[in-house]
Amino acid sequence: MCLDGQSSFILKKNMPEDAIPHLSGYEEAELDQAFASVSHEVEASAGALATPEAVESFRLYWLGRKQGRLKAISDAWLKSAPPEARKPLGQRFNKLKAEIEQRLEAASGASQATVLDSEAIDITLPGTRRQPGAEHPLIKTLNEIVGIFQRMGYSVGVGPEVETDYYNFESLNFPPGHPARDTQDTLVIARQDRKPLRDRLLMRTHTSPVQIRTMEQQPPPVRIVIPGKVHRNDAADATHSPIFHQVEGLCVDTGITFSDLKGTLDHAMKELFGSSVKTRFFPSFFPFTEPSADVQISCPFCGGAGCRKCKHSGWIELLGCGMVDPSVFGFVAQKQPAYDPKKISGFAFGMGVDRIAMMKYGITDISLMYSGDLRFLEQFA
Amino acid sequence: MKILTSWLRSYLPGLAVTDRQLADDLTLRGIAVDGVFDLGANGSLFEMDITTNRVDAMNHYGIAREAATIYGLKLKPLETSLPAPKPGPAFPVRIEDPALCGRFTARVLRGINVQPSTEIIAERFRLLEQKLISNAVDATNYIVLAMGHPTHAFDLDKIEGALIIRRAHKGERLKTLDEIDRVLDPEDLIVADEKKPLALAGVMGGWDSRITAETKNVLVEAAWFDPVSIRRSSKRHLLHTDASHRFERGADFNAPPVASALVSQLLLESGGHQVGDFVDVMISEAEKHTAKRSSIGFAVSEARRILGATEDPEGITAATAETILTGLGCELEPRGNETYQVTLPSWRLDLEREIDLIEEVARVYGYNRFRNTLPAFTGSVIELPWAAKESAVRTALLAMGWTEAISSTFCAAADAALFAPQPNSAVAMGNPLSEEAGMLRPSLLPGMVAMLTLNLNRDVEDAALFEAGTVFSGSPEKVDERPALAIGATGRALGEKPTDFYDLKGTIEALLAKFASRSLYFDNLLLPAWLHPGRGARAVLDGSTVAYFGQLHPAEAERRKLKQPVFVGEIYLDRTYRQPLRQPLARDLSRYQAVRRDFSLLFPDPTPYATIEDAMRNLDISDLRAFAPKEILREAKSISAGHFSLLLGTVFQSQERTLREEELQEFSQRIISAMEAIGGKLRTS
Repeated sequence: MCLDGQSSFILKKNMPEDAIPHLSGYEEAELDQAFASVSHEVEASAGALATPEAVESFRLYWLGRKQGRLKAISDAWLKSAPPEARKPLGQRFNKLKAEIEQRLEAASGASQATVLDSEAIDITLPGTRRQPGAEHPLIKTLNEIVGIFQRMGYSVGVGPEVETDYYNFESLNFPPGHPARDTQDTLVIARQDRKPLRDRLLMRTHTSPVQIRTMEQQPPPVRIVIPGKVHRNDAADATHSPIFHQVEGLCVDTGITFSDLKGTLDHAMKELFGSSVKTRFFPSFFPFTEPSADVQISCPFCGGAGCRKCKHSGWIELLGCGMVDPSVFGFVAQKQPAYDPKKISGFAFGMGVDRIAMMKYGITDISLMYSGDLRFLEQFA
Repeated sequence: MKILTSWLRSYLPGLAVTDRQLADDLTLRGIAVDGVFDLGANGSLFEMDITTNRVDAMNHYGIAREAATIYGLKLKPLETSLPAPKPGPAFPVRIEDPALCGRFTARVLRGINVQPSTEIIAERFRLLEQKLISNAVDATNYIVLAMGHPTHAFDLDKIEGALIIRRAHKGERLKTLDEIDRVLDPEDLIVADEKKPLALAGVMGGWDSRITAETKNVLVEAAWFDPVSIRRSSKRHLLHTDASHRFERGADFNAPPVASALVSQLLLESGGHQVGDFVDVMISEAEKHTAKRSSIGFAVSEARRILGATEDPEGITAATAETILTGLGCELEPRGNETYQVTLPSWRLDLEREIDLIEEVARVYGYNRFRNTLPAFTGSVIELPWAAKESAVRTALLAMGWTEAISSTFCAAADAALFAPQPNSAVAMGNPLSEEAGMLRPSLLPGMVAMLTLNLNRDVEDAALFEAGTVFSGSPEKVDERPALAIGATGRALGEKPTDFYDLKGTIEALLAKFASRSLYFDNLLLPAWLHPGRGARAVLDGSTVAYFGQLHPAEAERRKLKQPVFVGEIYLDRTYRQPLRQPLARDLSRYQAVRRDFSLLFPDPTPYATIEDAMRNLDISDLRAFAPKEILREAKSISAGHFSLLLGTVFQSQERTLREEELQEFSQRIISAMEAIGGKLRTS
């Protein structure tokens, strides 16, 4: 324990060592007078107990077990006291001790507060973060969509990114030379010209080949959701990238209907965008589904009132879908005869994950998602 | 394609709905109106988006037919009558390639006047912003817009002898209407006379036989060509025309006489007359698979099986299906029990099967009148074998502060050569997006280095990225795909101090610790060229190389003008995924006190820590709970040159009892002896 100079000075000045106050007699009045004087002494010495050190000095001075002044006084006064005066003396000493302890308690509370005050910090400074990495908005969205279908009992299916013409086009009812192939400009692998068309390798233009591959592997029923990267030979701009991602779904069983397709996608869109979202279906054309539909959802940003994101129409087009075309089952049945379009039926759907992610997160340039630019990615931490 | 509602309504006198309602009703039935533009007294202009299968709806009459079906209205028939021709010889026409030309009609009009178009054509072209050329040329364009079938008008006086529809001869040339002199391919179908090619059939007419101001006599061609042949010629000559667009999607086999008559009517308005009979050469084989294709069966029960429940409890009835299909031009012959034999309209070559008719019923009935139901399911969910592993790796990386990124699937040939795990295994693209994207990436590192470079170039100095993706190897014959993971970091992205080798090693250790394995070690044998030879390593898990990582070779960094060291690594996930995920197994916690002892040791350089680690492990002290290097010092005052000091921290703890001082003394002595055996000695401070 180290006393600072000022406190020591006060203590020394007010508390001359060893001077036991005089007790004139053991009558009530004489006792009261003597104790009042000691009490004054306590009060005076408790005047400046600002630091923990001063408080400790005060405690030691008065209550120290061996050298304490209270003990010294009580020893002195009790020694000469007649037996009948011991009780009133004892009571008064107890009272005085309580008084000193009370002062000590008050003083130490105050001095602790002073210390804690001095330890105060600026809580408005920024926190020290253990920053985890940021999830890519695209993968996050992709996982969200896949999760919705997994909860509906779909298994996850995957397939190669380099496909054959057969799986990417022919088996999905894009015959060679068909104009529908024009809508999916294809990146091809070098030196394929000598192969038969169906064996030529290309970057898959959609995740749909995985439908065929899965059905070839597995008799019905099938429920799969297929996330994946796809490529098209498209010029890049703010909303187009030659690399993008799709999530595809396929459900085949006996008695699967177009209304089941509607219900499934309506449910999925509500889970993805909120239960107030509505869906509507428009006839469309895809070679591998029939009937085919485009699906719009009521704009989740304006609730259908019209805003910039829905181009003031109240609706946003998000999905393509339809009933699996019987000729697709025909291609599959070459390997897996259980796919008899007279007995089973099914639906398929697909959506562009990039567009959904861009919409959800307000991303205006698709190329940012493939740049690795941290200034962009950090925003999703 | 643009549609004028005033023109559309001329075919549907009974149409009562507003233009806007019409647009909505068409759109909901798959004849998509993308935009509606008010033309005041002239009605509206619809901007259409017609799907590739509906070439029949790429004209006013076709859309009017759809509207007629939707509203149950009567469609005004096209008026095709012409004055009786003056006598004359029938114009000679020969189809030499009946596989490619199914029908060819010719009509000779003489004494016409080529002049500007007037009145309704001029007005409608103006509203459609279509260029007016002359009445003769405008007539063919106008009829395409009206009813969809392309025709062509030749200057009759430029034709020498008969018209021959044949494949081009090798080396034959034709200057087309766009004034380009084209060398024809023997696969091109052309319209020729006896001397020369006149037109690229179904794609574009020829320059020399075009209609000019001097033209007096005209031959009107209206034909039907094989879609695939037209498409090939159009692609071959990079010549996509309104005509080729329609022919390659399958034109109406019965339309040529109608289109010819309509065009001729317009041409004759300005004078002239037809000479000789209308010539119509038809190939019956072609007719058999188009206009006269076989009828097909249709069962209402099948429509219900595929389509399911409607909001209306009645569902799809036979009466509904009949009305819709008849309205679209099908002829239904009832076969009992709500089944039909259906004759298909010639203009709808996209209708071939029962499912096509089911789609028509659903489409016209209205998709949104079907209920939203959820299917029952009898199958089971099959878990992807590596889904949990993928998720474990990704979650761990994110938690350790690595940010997820996606880079290009392609890379430059030089990068492929540098980063490919096996030499000459990268696969080239046939039509690359750019020179820098000529190869399928054999590694994720080209993308990773590019992303780090991009960040440094934009003054983002602290970056820690990872990418999980597919890498490719093989040959044009067979491409193998494998899952891989790249990590890359630079600057202070992972903590207070600049990223170093050990940040990457620690990350890889943490990732590999997710997998069950018997052994993991790191060495620096045979490092790839992209790694700093002194700051790179290989990770070997159960005898299989699973990763290379370390500082990018300074020469590479220099070449890419990187202003600070970058650290990259690639983990071969296909190999890692062979191991099962580690199943944590809880161990009883010791109830006895752990004792820490630090050893301050001095070692000569180079003593790899691995040697020290091995020596410690070989001691096989079962109560040695843990040991780790706490501090390594070199070049300090108290350390002699060529040496380093190591503060080795150890923790002893027994599962059974409190360790006694003499046991700890013995352990310490054994450790010191083991360290001395490998050249170390205890420092006496």
